[in-house]
Amino acid sequence: MSLLEIDHLSCGYGHFQALFDIDLRVEQGETHAVIGANGAGKSTLLRTICGLIRTDPDRVRFEGQPIGQVPAHKRVGLGISYVPEGRWVFPSLTVHENLLVGGHTRRKGIWTIDKVYELFPLLARLRNRQALGLSGGEQQALAIGRGLMANPRLLLLDEVSLGLAPVVVEKIYEAMPAIIEAGTTVLLVEQDVGQALKIADRVSCLLEGRLVLEGRPSEISQEQIVAAYFGV
Amino acid sequence: MVWVNDIIQGVLLGGLYALFAAGLALVFGVMRLVNLAHGDFSVMAAYLALVIVGSLNVNPLYSLVFAMIVMGIFGYAIQRGLFNFAMDAGPMQAILATFGVAIIVQNLLLEGFTANSKGLDAGRIENAFIRISNQVVIGWFPLITLLVAVAVLLGLQIFLSRTRLGRAFRATADNQRAAQLMGIDNRHLYGMAMALALAMVAIGGVFIGIRTTFSPSAGPLRLIFAYEAVIIGGLGSLWGTLVGGIVLGVAQVLGDHIQQGWGILVGHLVFLAILAFRPQGLFARQAQ
Repeated sequence: MSLLEIDHLSCGYGHFQALFDIDLRVEQGETHAVIGANGAGKSTLLRTICGLIRTDPDRVRFEGQPIGQVPAHKRVGLGISYVPEGRWVFPSLTVHENLLVGGHTRRKGIWTIDKVYELFPLLARLRNRQALGLSGGEQQALAIGRGLMANPRLLLLDEVSLGLAPVVVEKIYEAMPAIIEAGTTVLLVEQDVGQALKIADRVSCLLEGRLVLEGRPSEISQEQIVAAYFGV
Repeated sequence: MVWVNDIIQGVLLGGLYALFAAGLALVFGVMRLVNLAHGDFSVMAAYLALVIVGSLNVNPLYSLVFAMIVMGIFGYAIQRGLFNFAMDAGPMQAILATFGVAIIVQNLLLEGFTANSKGLDAGRIENAFIRISNQVVIGWFPLITLLVAVAVLLGLQIFLSRTRLGRAFRATADNQRAAQLMGIDNRHLYGMAMALALAMVAIGGVFIGIRTTFSPSAGPLRLIFAYEAVIIGGLGSLWGTLVGGIVLGVAQVLGDHIQQGWGILVGHLVFLAILAFRPQGLFARQAQ
């Protein structure tokens, strides 16, 4: 049984359909990247998993349990944490308070506030600063650290690199091995294909709401990725 | 010296307004709900205390704890049972729902207790005073009211900054969807915010019931005072709420000094002046 199973998932907003008949498996312990162009439906896919968008119960299963109708706040307790696109840090709270709120429904596990500070030393220096004044990279580190505070089994990362300078993106991705080694399953969505291929065990490519390619980075050629990404 | 006395009386009155305003500001801050029934809930708390005093024959100050608990439970129930659904439908529907509840509360109180003014008798403390000079006299009860208001605001601040639930309140106020992603059940949280707000307004309602008289129709005016205090102080600022209440209280007492009966009018004028020249309020938080 896979940790996360998605079967025949179609969904959208009003008259706009964003996803068409998606099938996806995420295995325990793996790092799975979903790549695709802007508007391919990557974020929509993650939102159906974290519960911001609800679906028919059986479309999304976590540890075998149908969760399509489980509200977002309860999925955190099951072990699904979503680090949203745009970070959504709490601007009036300090860095430290943001992390504490991240642990509002903590599961047992290795991630504690000290561990998060160890993972992102820059956060430790900023602990008493309001999140409002942080740079984009600092906010992204905070958003990931906040997600880890719940001790998720499945961490959903949405466009970590969006709007950040390449050096900052490098820095953030340096933290990934430690997260993966801790046993956390990671499902990430990226426009930055290079970063995604570097850390992922498996890659799926979305094109206009359909999964068009899936495999191990080592088994997929550059041409295949370009074709799947741009639909040529 | 007469003026000094007026200002002191105004400051003490401001403590009472801050007690009304704090709950209103909390509810608006956490869930962006404009609660038009807030004043009527304070009247309801006073009648609740009246019933307890009547049946148990205790001092209304003892009935306060009971009134706070009952109003808190009532607040949670009405939020989960009604306001949450109205808020799902939209902000206008939510305002209308609170307006409807306000009308219902007023009429139920009218039905149960008639339109006659009632008062709560707290005994000797009501008339005890400290004489500073011939013209400056501080009543013990108004002084206690102000101190209680300060204590409530202090307690609220500690709750919001130090406790897990308090942080969840602030996180939800910042970004409700992000808070959900942290495992915070916003429907429960909104219920808790309303419970806390109504427990606070119960204090205000019982205190004003001891200080003056009240009738089922007293709510709307208190709602306006509470709003004025919040707006004068600045939304999102706890201590601004106290200052807003004090500014309003002082304006009203001075207004009444100039011409008996002008108090409420002068209070409104000060409120309008602040709205015109400093619409963010005196202590608005810069961040947001």
